[in-house]
Amino acid sequence: MYVWIWRHLPGPLAVKLLQVLVLVVAVSLLLLFVVFPVIEPHLPINQVTVPNR
Amino acid sequence: MTDDTIVADAPPPGPPGRAPSTAGDKLRFVLRGIGQTLITLGLVVLLFVVYEVWITNIFSERANQQANTKLERTWATSDNPALQLPGSTSSTIPLGTGIANIYIPRLGADYHWTVLEGAGQDVLADGPGHYPNTAMPGQVGNFAVAGHRVGHGAPFLNLDLLRAGDSIIIETRTYWYVYRVKGLDHGLSVADDADHVPGREIVDPSAGRVLLPVPNQPGVTPTERLLTLTTCHPKFTAAQRMIIHALYQSRVPVLSVGGKRSATKPASIQALYAGVQA
Repeated sequence: MYVWIWRHLPGPLAVKLLQVLVLVVAVSLLLLFVVFPVIEPHLPINQVTVPNR
Repeated sequence: MTDDTIVADAPPPGPPGRAPSTAGDKLRFVLRGIGQTLITLGLVVLLFVVYEVWITNIFSERANQQANTKLERTWATSDNPALQLPGSTSSTIPLGTGIANIYIPRLGADYHWTVLEGAGQDVLADGPGHYPNTAMPGQVGNFAVAGHRVGHGAPFLNLDLLRAGDSIIIETRTYWYVYRVKGLDHGLSVADDADHVPGREIVDPSAGRVLLPVPNQPGVTPTERLLTLTTCHPKFTAAQRMIIHALYQSRVPVLSVGGKRSATKPASIQALYAGVQA
């Protein structure tokens, strides 16, 4: 997958590296600010309460 | 994955002189695919830890600050009967509404959170939450509050640092209530342990009994005013709960300046910060 992406990025090495950087940042931001906030409440972690009657 | 298949079907020119082996290439392709997937998943999990421990703090602190601003405004301008403490019951307050401010001198002079009504995940994401239908601040019974220990601002990160006798201050519209952490074990230290409620206990996640009007004693009519804090334990897990119980000690009327409610701590509240170090 990564090989395929790398091969399909246009331009010389420096431009390719820049595009990779942009892609990594974009995916990270998507995960941090969209995906994780949505799935986090459904995960059985970080429970701090006890049953309230 | 289909894209990868294309690569496998038409492999790039390998190192010169290496005879292509179809079976070997396929095996190599599958292994590489599995390896890359695992590494990717590992990175995503790492990123999730970053999110949970740091990023959530940004959202939560901002949300709690907004709740605080709203609460102060309510106190200053209107006379919302739901917030006329003591005397109100929490059932009339919408979930997520700020009801009081909590201060714990042991956790620092700047330690300050607005307690919200409700103990659901969505409320707790914005700050400590009051268990509905437990007592309100200063009332006889058990004023119970849950809070995150890791992430979401981690308001209860350092509850384990509390010692017997430490003050927990609850600011309401009319009064500053001072609670003192009870003895850390049954019968130990502070003199108010006649009710057999410990200052700190580690319990199973199912132990709803710690929220009872008299904690751990079903059916007993409360005579004392208690404060209970719950959070997860050990840090980063949901295996157990750490519970802090504190007993009401005193209350101080809020200051008023020119007929208006002042958010300034009265001198006797300020004095509770003297000589307390984490």
